[in-house]
Amino acid sequence: MSRREGPPAGAAVFELAGVTRRYGTSVALARIDLSIEKARTTVLIGPSGSGKSTLLRLLVRLIAPDTGTVRFEDQPLTDDNAAVLRQRMGFVVQEGGLFPHLSAHDNVALMARYLRWDTSRIAARVHELAAITHLPADALRRFPVELSGGQRQRVSLMRALMLDPDVLLLDEPLGALDPMIRFDLQNELRDIFRGLNKTVVMVTHDLSEAGFFADTIVLMREGRIVQRGSLTNLLRAPADAFVEQFIRAQRSSIV
Amino acid sequence: MSAMPVCNNAALTVLLACAVFASMPARAEIRVGSKQFTESVILGEGATRLIGHASVRVTHRAELGGTRTLWGALLAGDIDIYPEYTGTIVQEILGHRALTDTRAIRAALAEYDVRMSAPLGFNNTYAVGMRRVRAEQLNIRKLSDLVSHPKLRLGFSSEFMDRADGWPGLARYYGLPHTDVRGLDHDLAYRGLEAGEIDATDLYATDAEIRYYDLVVLEDDRHYFPAYDAVWLYRATLATEAPRSLSALMRLEGHVSQGEMTAMNARVKLDGVPAARVAADFLKREFGFEARLELPSATDDFFRYTREHLLLVLSSLSAAVIVAIPLGIVAARKPRAGQVILSITGIIQTIPALALLVFMIPLLGIGGAPAIVALFLYSLLPIVRNTYTGLRGIPPQLTESAVALGLPALSRLRLVELPLALPTILAGIKTSAVINIGTATLGALIGAGGYGQPILTGIRLDDTGLILQGAVPAAMLALLVQGVFELGERWLAPKGLSARR
Repeated sequence: MSRREGPPAGAAVFELAGVTRRYGTSVALARIDLSIEKARTTVLIGPSGSGKSTLLRLLVRLIAPDTGTVRFEDQPLTDDNAAVLRQRMGFVVQEGGLFPHLSAHDNVALMARYLRWDTSRIAARVHELAAITHLPADALRRFPVELSGGQRQRVSLMRALMLDPDVLLLDEPLGALDPMIRFDLQNELRDIFRGLNKTVVMVTHDLSEAGFFADTIVLMREGRIVQRGSLTNLLRAPADAFVEQFIRAQRSSIV
Repeated sequence: MSAMPVCNNAALTVLLACAVFASMPARAEIRVGSKQFTESVILGEGATRLIGHASVRVTHRAELGGTRTLWGALLAGDIDIYPEYTGTIVQEILGHRALTDTRAIRAALAEYDVRMSAPLGFNNTYAVGMRRVRAEQLNIRKLSDLVSHPKLRLGFSSEFMDRADGWPGLARYYGLPHTDVRGLDHDLAYRGLEAGEIDATDLYATDAEIRYYDLVVLEDDRHYFPAYDAVWLYRATLATEAPRSLSALMRLEGHVSQGEMTAMNARVKLDGVPAARVAADFLKREFGFEARLELPSATDDFFRYTREHLLLVLSSLSAAVIVAIPLGIVAARKPRAGQVILSITGIIQTIPALALLVFMIPLLGIGGAPAIVALFLYSLLPIVRNTYTGLRGIPPQLTESAVALGLPALSRLRLVELPLALPTILAGIKTSAVINIGTATLGALIGAGGYGQPILTGIRLDDTGLILQGAVPAAMLALLVQGVFELGERWLAPKGLSARR
């Protein structure tokens, strides 16, 4: 890391210390130290293979670090407590990851049913989330294959928000959508994040999208964090030649 | 979720099946066995009628297979008595010792708690026969004449091929050089002779077909074949537990001549008279008693075969479902254990069905139980493999989503993974069911009944109609099950998986 930021303004939700992760001989993450601030939107960005998705997966412990620790709200994340702590995180993947055998409604309500919420509470919460995400009521009865790409992402977001988690983790949530829908959904998503006041961690490879959402951008390359700061910060004071090159390559898309 | 009701029904079926087998009384009835050929079945019917006349409950487990099956069943107590031949006893059953006279044979049998009656009166020795035309053409009259005709095609019954006193011994004794030697069903051998596909086959001296096909029996000029006097073999306990039945049965000793036996065989095989009727007529003629003869109607038979077949298929298949799905889950989860599980179930699948059935006899005796176990083993692979494939085929991001939601492993399996794999698992169960229905017809060979019974009897009697009475319902049942599964797949399979935009 070539440049250190000052201490974070808010309390940290995630705290990563010396986290390394290998796949066979290739190093996906190399001794990462990172804290993610509460109630802010942090965007992980970088070229393919930079380790941004691996980092996101470590936060929800879909994978475990080889060395180092990941702390969530001051507790080390372990295999034993992961299942319970995950219920305080909402996770959205690129294609939505909706279960094809369940209707949109049942996808959203799956965890609440598993936790034995009563029906009226589930109905109220689903209704509330449909309003927040602007999902038409009849879409809830459909199966994922019968939904449009945008609707699938809305349902996926509803499912992630169902248990009212502290944190939202999104892996390229808009990556599979066509540009028009993507533009509309970007605006809606930002409004939702602001309205909910949640901690958001998002992975994208698109600098304009990162700038649009992020309070803090974390730029990664080959398993390391190259620069951490606001979009302005990155544009005005790129940490090294790679950052400059990365910005130049994407400049045309920045409005 | 949706897999659970299937499992519950399956468990119930297995319990019912066990209850049926356990409830068979051990000693309240006498069980007569017979081998898979007409003469043995007629003798078995005769014994059944004689014992029944002595007012004891008696059942006839007909057409059980070969010597090894019957002897095994006798030792295991699955049957109490069956007709056997002295030559077979000496060569095949007690083959490892040199026994010369009847006293020595009785002593040797006594070590197994088995007794032997006096001869019934006819000697059904092995012989080798050819069509008269062919034999005269080649000027063959005796077994030693065969030596100078090494190109002859020989077709022997499978048992004759395997027996120490069969083809291997005969070839060595006479120095027969033939290389074109095939094993086939005894009854099919006659048809092969007639069609000119084989030149010679083994015969029994009382076979009805000798006259029918106009065969010559080659003279055993160097006296290789021993005497094959028909006798009863029975468990020694019968003498104390059912002395009246036994003495009723012993009335047959010395009463059945070679001519009478050949005539009875001919009536059954050539005229299509049921073995039970032929046996009853003989007893009436010989001893003057009217045996009650209630031949089951074709409809009764059909329902009995259907009931037996369904019991075999349902109990073995549901047990396989209960065992194979968890095995498939373990295989999908643990790669190393998975290799072992898939290899073992794969190897079981390569064992010939008939061999697997016969392996079961020493462990479980004869009847439904060994057949169900064999069918169960056969049904494992398609279900294990499809469960494994179905679970491994789930897109990783769906599994990730389920993990990320915070579902623990078991709930993930129940709520997400098994429902997603369900169509594949159902296809595996369907494959198993169809294979199972076909393979279950072999169960009749070890006394399990089912649609295989009329097929077996049909082959024995060269009666195509009878063969079809078993083959057609078995095929229909397979098609029906296939159809039911395809409907079931539509109902059970999660909607979102079948709907395609």
